[in-house]
Amino acid sequence: MQTVQPRSLPLRLPRVRPGGVLPILVILAVLLVLVGIRQPDFLAPPSLMSFLGRSAPIILLAAGQYFVIVSGEFDLSVGSLVTAQVVVAARLIDSDPARTWPVVLLLLAFGALVGLVNGLITTRLRVPSFITTLGMFLILVGAVYLWSDGAPKGGLSEEFRRFGRRAFEDVPLLGRVPYALLVLVVLAVAAVLLMRSDFGRTLVAVGDNPRTAELSGVRVWRTRTFAFILSGLAAAVAAILLGGYSGVSFQAGAGLEFGAITAVVLGGVALGGGRGAVVGAMLGALTLELLFALMNFYGVSGALRSTVQGGIILLAVAVSATRSSSR
Amino acid sequence: MAALAAVTLLSLAACSTDEPAAGPSGSASAAGSGTGEQSKFFVQADYDAELALLDAAPTGPADKPWEQALNPTMVDTAKFKKSGPHKICFSNAALNNPWRQVGFKTMQAEVEAQKSRIKEFVHVDAEGKDQKQIADINDLLGKGCDALIVSPNTTATLTPAVEAACQAGLPVVVFDRGVNTKCPVTFINPIGGYGFGHVGAEFVSQKMKPGGKVLALRILPGVDVLETRWSAAKVAFDKAKVDVVGVEFTDGDPAKTKKIVDDYIQRYGTIDGVWMDAGAVAVAAVEAFQDAGKPVPPMNGEDQLDFLKIWKDKKLTAIAPTYPTYQWRTPIIAALRILDGQQVSSPWKLPQPTVTQDNLDQYLDAGMPPLHYAMCGCTDLPGYPQRWK
Repeated sequence: MQTVQPRSLPLRLPRVRPGGVLPILVILAVLLVLVGIRQPDFLAPPSLMSFLGRSAPIILLAAGQYFVIVSGEFDLSVGSLVTAQVVVAARLIDSDPARTWPVVLLLLAFGALVGLVNGLITTRLRVPSFITTLGMFLILVGAVYLWSDGAPKGGLSEEFRRFGRRAFEDVPLLGRVPYALLVLVVLAVAAVLLMRSDFGRTLVAVGDNPRTAELSGVRVWRTRTFAFILSGLAAAVAAILLGGYSGVSFQAGAGLEFGAITAVVLGGVALGGGRGAVVGAMLGALTLELLFALMNFYGVSGALRSTVQGGIILLAVAVSATRSSSR
Repeated sequence: MAALAAVTLLSLAACSTDEPAAGPSGSASAAGSGTGEQSKFFVQADYDAELALLDAAPTGPADKPWEQALNPTMVDTAKFKKSGPHKICFSNAALNNPWRQVGFKTMQAEVEAQKSRIKEFVHVDAEGKDQKQIADINDLLGKGCDALIVSPNTTATLTPAVEAACQAGLPVVVFDRGVNTKCPVTFINPIGGYGFGHVGAEFVSQKMKPGGKVLALRILPGVDVLETRWSAAKVAFDKAKVDVVGVEFTDGDPAKTKKIVDDYIQRYGTIDGVWMDAGAVAVAAVEAFQDAGKPVPPMNGEDQLDFLKIWKDKKLTAIAPTYPTYQWRTPIIAALRILDGQQVSSPWKLPQPTVTQDNLDQYLDAGMPPLHYAMCGCTDLPGYPQRWK
């Protein structure tokens, strides 16, 4: 009798929105299955917790990079900023536990300041952010090198290192929950809330079409500068966690900017701005780390990592370009 | 950044990037125990010579290894005899890593200890650049130096500059990395990379449980000093039929090291021995085991204090072959002897002591900074310990 069946909602295929997080979730799930087949132990709580803890810095950097990229800019300075922060922290703390908290505050302020300078040069002096942050990258590398005579001095206190190294022990079900993971969860929630606020919408609007945003009363330069500050702050937190995880090193932040950009692109965020979710960027970072772990489990040489990373950037940008042109 | 990292790393082990000299290399066959092909830098004759030197008895004062020589061949220096006090000039490859920092401070202290005989000490830092060092040496030749000390940045590229210095008539002393010419009065260095790699690998294979799994951590490939360390370790592991489950490059980065070790612990459940070609990331490797809640297996590090401290505190089964920083004292001593017309050994092979469980306390000075090198032979020098902090 009934000839036409009413189309019910669940039957409709979920449309893949450009910039959505569905693709990255699928990739992540596939990788998890592959890891589960090859190395089931890895998915057991203790090793999973330790994996998430050590991935926290790159995930935070990806979130920081997301703010900048979604607003239509780039931040290439984060890797060298992390290195600078770790080296500065070691020298200032000089193994004295009492200096831990003041130095943590100083690092956050330093990160915000570098972001502010990046932002102001980009927006007020109209230097393309690619060049601004590349310049900042070189300035920081050189300054750290000069200041430390090429070899890090001093040492990090155990109090400083615990953020990146220690964990809540004997948590029911999970076992060991690294402090770094908690820091990550708190900041990830904050980032999501921020993107849902007016500021978040403005940020995306600025990246999508700065002219329109300007005409509708948004102060584009202020929004973008704030995005750079957020990226600097993310680098500061990442530096605190990374320094804690592994101690002082001149290599602490090497290559992290490319890791963060790869993660953001992998997470479906459009280079050039205006599309993508912060959750996608963070999942992108997690996926990238999981991919590297998987490569290790399959015995693929670590030397291939940067090649894989480069391939992902090219592929992800190409896919996103095709999608956006057919929109 | 990559370039900077590379420069830092290259000099980290005080080594050069020259291609290996042509020679009977790669003659040792791979035993198929996971160590792979032998390095193309491997030279059997050099390997045999270095291993023989490990057991050689040094000549010279027992409490001053920086004045000792292994199998010395004395050369006459009467033609350089000159009345003092002298002006000594030093062209330094770089100061860009803790090993060179400690070494240079030790050299400065030696100069101060000899100040009655040295009226001026000129130091030029080439900042890890061959071209700058060539220009530096050339400049120093016009500065009226009585003797020239050179620590070359790379072997082949600096050879002509050193030859030019020899032709200028002043005594030239080369140390650390060598040059491809016999014209300097002497070349000072410790036993070398084969000795270093062998000591660590032999210890790890003897102390670990039989049939266990070894992880080898290397800084980066293609650098001669580091290649010789690994190739000697490979020979030792192949001989002991040890299962080397991985040979990984860390770039000297503690975070990377920790991840690699953590990955291997996850992959194999346990790792029974760790060998490394330089001690810079030894502590990171130890921490990876601690943080994973696993016992730290037998391993080798180097004589940096952070490692010696964690070794003692955590009662590790460990050994620390060294590339001693006290070799920075010797060129000053050699230059003064040459200017006195005294005979010196050429080449001047310094002993290369190993820190073991038995002598650990002797080298562990809790008051010194974590990146200090214990084998500095500097405790009797002016300004100790403040100068090295």
